[in-house]
Amino acid sequence: MKLTITINNKPVKAEKGELLLDVLEREGIRVPTLCYMKDFLPSGACRMCVVENEQTGKLITACSYTVDHGMNIKSHSARVIEARKTIVELLLSNHPDDCLYCVRNGNCDLQDLAREHCITERRISGEKNRHHLDLSSASIVRDPAKCILCGRCVKVCSEVMEVSAIDFINRGSQTLIGPTFNKGLNTSSCINCGQCIMVCPTGALSEKNHFAEIRDALNDPAKTVVVQYAPAISVTLAEEFGMAAGTDVNGLMNAALRKIGFDRIFDTTFAADLTIMEESAELIERITQGEDLPLITSCCPGWIKYAEEFACDFLPNISSCKSPQQMLGAVLKSYYADISGIEPENLYVVAIMPCTAKKFEGQREEMTQKGISDIDAVLTTRELADFIRLFGISIDKLEAETADSPHGIRSSAGKLFGVSGGVMEAALRTAYFKLTNKEMKQFRIQQVRGCIGRKEAKIQIGDLQLGVAVVNGLANAKKLLDEIRNGRNDLHFIEVMACPGGCIGGGGQPLRKNSESIIKRMEALYQIDETETINVSHKNPEVLALYQNFLEKPLSRKSHKLLHTTYCQRDVLL
Amino acid sequence: MKATDAEILSTYPNAGKESLIPILQEIQENTGFLSEESIVHVGKHLHVPTSRIYGVATFYNQFRFEPKGKYHIQVCRGTACHVLGSSSVLDFLEKELKIKAGQTSRDGLFSIEVVACIGACGLAPVICVNKTFHAKVTVDSLKHIIDEYRDAS
Ligand code: SF4
Ligand code: FES
Ligand code: FES
Repeated sequence: MKLTITINNKPVKAEKGELLLDVLEREGIRVPTLCYMKDFLPSGACRMCVVENEQTGKLITACSYTVDHGMNIKSHSARVIEARKTIVELLLSNHPDDCLYCVRNGNCDLQDLAREHCITERRISGEKNRHHLDLSSASIVRDPAKCILCGRCVKVCSEVMEVSAIDFINRGSQTLIGPTFNKGLNTSSCINCGQCIMVCPTGALSEKNHFAEIRDALNDPAKTVVVQYAPAISVTLAEEFGMAAGTDVNGLMNAALRKIGFDRIFDTTFAADLTIMEESAELIERITQGEDLPLITSCCPGWIKYAEEFACDFLPNISSCKSPQQMLGAVLKSYYADISGIEPENLYVVAIMPCTAKKFEGQREEMTQKGISDIDAVLTTRELADFIRLFGISIDKLEAETADSPHGIRSSAGKLFGVSGGVMEAALRTAYFKLTNKEMKQFRIQQVRGCIGRKEAKIQIGDLQLGVAVVNGLANAKKLLDEIRNGRNDLHFIEVMACPGGCIGGGGQPLRKNSESIIKRMEALYQIDETETINVSHKNPEVLALYQNFLEKPLSRKSHKLLHTTYCQRDVLL
Repeated sequence: MKATDAEILSTYPNAGKESLIPILQEIQENTGFLSEESIVHVGKHLHVPTSRIYGVATFYNQFRFEPKGKYHIQVCRGTACHVLGSSSVLDFLEKELKIKAGQTSRDGLFSIEVVACIGACGLAPVICVNKTFHAKVTVDSLKHIIDEYRDAS
């Protein structure tokens, strides 16, 4: 039903039940919000979004009120502005005031609000928050002193991930957000996905920074420092430098990495192709033997930790393949070190990932050979951008360059790993070929594309009909696993990614972007798949050469030793 | 003999979230406090994350996460006691015993709990140590009271 309300003296049409905030936005009126998140139930916690309803004379929160007959809204009356300003001042009253030393300096909602509301002096001084910094996690740093208690991280962790590693603790002025018993995050069920960082308006949550180690390695003449980057990076990095979302800057990124001083530049997508070779062989093996089906993908370390905590009954189903990051690390520290005459301990491998969980994965005990880690440091997309800025590189002024060989060539199928459904699509292309000796006529598998939380398809390969499902956001994974626990048995292969949309929406990606940017990144990956010539992993010449010169064949003994891993149940506070 | 958590939980079959507080109360009644193990047990039973349980439990003053001391001091912070200075009573005790409300001293002798009106407003400000009431306490009388308990042990 349509109704008319008044906004800033102007009649405005709206639909009954529509959120006031949405109507205001449609009218081009920006009302500041802090605790509100689109597509989640509003909590009305922060009061930042107040507007005045002259019909009742009350200040109401635009994020949690729906439009109603006769509403007469003033979005920026003197009273409203004063109220919002006071709210910001109150938030600042116990805030640590160390903006210059904060990771979010220049990229912080609270800073922006203070500036927008012309707050230039301290009117309200309160006792400063004195909570401990939590450095216990391998991926995520928590600084509860900077927390403004908007609760967005709590919502994401419980509703998108169904992990609930953190929640509100205590009440009143003592309130903080933290893990059970207010212990370190490493004792909690946190899966390190970093989605909490993506929604944190301040510097209360950030990634564990690996800057210093990398700089030291770059300055150490004894070390050969090589770098690899994940499929999603090249279509995301541009946004950090003000370019349009979805711009592919692969070549410029290669050039920038060389300028920073990395000795060799490899593409993790090469290892995504390698993963497909191993995983499709595994899929075929399991289908032939009828064992441990459905096979579930293993390239997302967020999902893996979740399974080790909440879904141990599915551990036998998970592919034993290491993730592409770890596969490439293992190949570099064995084969590559060998052919280039470098001692593995002098080879320093940096991985650039859209992901904070990759930092945790990199230091897992299983990911070592003879006590040497496959991966030495992990940078997020954000940290890479900081690195490029630190070295004074104007990325837009560079000439595109290519990655190094071997391990620098990739198929466009591997590139699809960056988006939810991509691992599935790449694996099906190769499994199809292995089973029928023919290429798929139509590479594009439309049913598993797109950013929605769950996609399913039936794929005909020869006489075999494969049931496949793709989920992203672990709450969606849980629902699917519950169906299987309750007897569903038509699925052979499942892809799970923790982050909404897959790695293009990862927890290490640029902050404060909207879902449209994620769609643009997705389209960019699909575009690469349309325009490039090697569309299947099993035609990547460097992957084939690696098998010929070193690994022999998928699932060989050598492959098993280097490229596969095991999982274990984890004892954490659930 | 004290009941185990499992015994208590077995009296709440098929319970949902709404039983959380009664269960926590019963466990605390039984063991004097909520241990980490207890919170994990309750979480498993109700399918509620421990972070949520800890969050709910820390919201209320009534729950404690350490065993009570030999002398458990309840400090009334109800209206009448407040008007007659119970906040300095609490301050004094926290400083003297070097613990905060909800905690237990290292030697296990004292613990402090803050309670709302204890129903003895005529005696305000009032504290209650192991069910013995001490009326109209002042900083001086408190010193004395604490010393006596110290000597007694
Ligand atoms: S979906 Fe991608 S970015 Fe997110 S946790 Fe998994 S691997 Fe990391
Ligand atoms: S954004 Fe509306 S109350 Fe926080
Ligand atoms: S207010 Fe303290 S006993 Fe009533």
